[in-house]
Amino acid sequence: MIPLPWLLGLSVLMFLIGVIGVLVRRNALVIFMSIELMLNAANLAFVAFSRHMNSLDGQIFVFFVMTVAAAEVAVGLAIIVNLFRLRETVFVDEVNLLKG
Amino acid sequence: MTEALFVGMGTAALISSLLVILHRNPVTSALFLVVAFCSLAGIYLLLHAEFVGMVQIIVYAGAIMVLFLFVIMYLNLKSDVETGIQIALRRGIGWLVGGVIGAEALWLFAKEWGVGPIVPELPGLRDPNTMAIGKLLYTQYLFPFEITSLILLAAMVGVIVVGKGRAQRPVHPAKPGPPPPRVAPPAAGLPAAPDPEAS
Repeated sequence: MIPLPWLLGLSVLMFLIGVIGVLVRRNALVIFMSIELMLNAANLAFVAFSRHMNSLDGQIFVFFVMTVAAAEVAVGLAIIVNLFRLRETVFVDEVNLLKG
Repeated sequence: MTEALFVGMGTAALISSLLVILHRNPVTSALFLVVAFCSLAGIYLLLHAEFVGMVQIIVYAGAIMVLFLFVIMYLNLKSDVETGIQIALRRGIGWLVGGVIGAEALWLFAKEWGVGPIVPELPGLRDPNTMAIGKLLYTQYLFPFEITSLILLAAMVGVIVVGKGRAQRPVHPAKPGPPPPRVAPPAAGLPAAPDPEAS
């Protein structure tokens, strides 16, 4: 049986990689992929605790998180496509229309 | 055996996640993200969460990543050019903040870590994983499950509205002319009169 600290450590590291990706990259698509990484890290923690507690509720929550992630990706990619049509770029620091 | 498999797949997941954020080409990033998702699905299988593992492959590695790749190739992006002092500064700050959060996590891990009581698994008593999840989903979590369908509907409507773009302006401006003749609506209650021009 896999010890819980290993699983939580992997989850923390993946979440950290996602955070750094959001902060460092400026391509909106890669930022979205980093958000997916963070959601997956949370899912891993859910499944790890579900196994640890011997209860299935964590896996139900993983199901809901996946649904929200799918909806989020669909809406976000539609916004990115619209942004590209409007500004010909997907770099988030070149989209500064609201900057005073 | 299980531990060795976990170490292998966890390392694969970590390395491919790092390559997702480090690689310059978005297509390569997306493909490494697929590798990370598949490794995570393997870890779910090791944890006896078969349903979640299969859904991970079908939904994440299948549907979501196909959407990503479709959009990346539709937009025809080149590799990111990331030079300049401002971007270097931003990148430095990003790694710094990430390092601070990582140090915080490490501190929490080192400071207080208590492993709770591990409930021994009773083999043979539990339903198969998918059946148990289905039972739970349709009894205790029925209302959130229905709300999920509402979320998907809202996302679908939103994507259609956003993806349609703004309303197309007419290419030819409407010529000013005489307004079209008004046709009197048929009186209610009476049967519609046959169109004299049609016959």
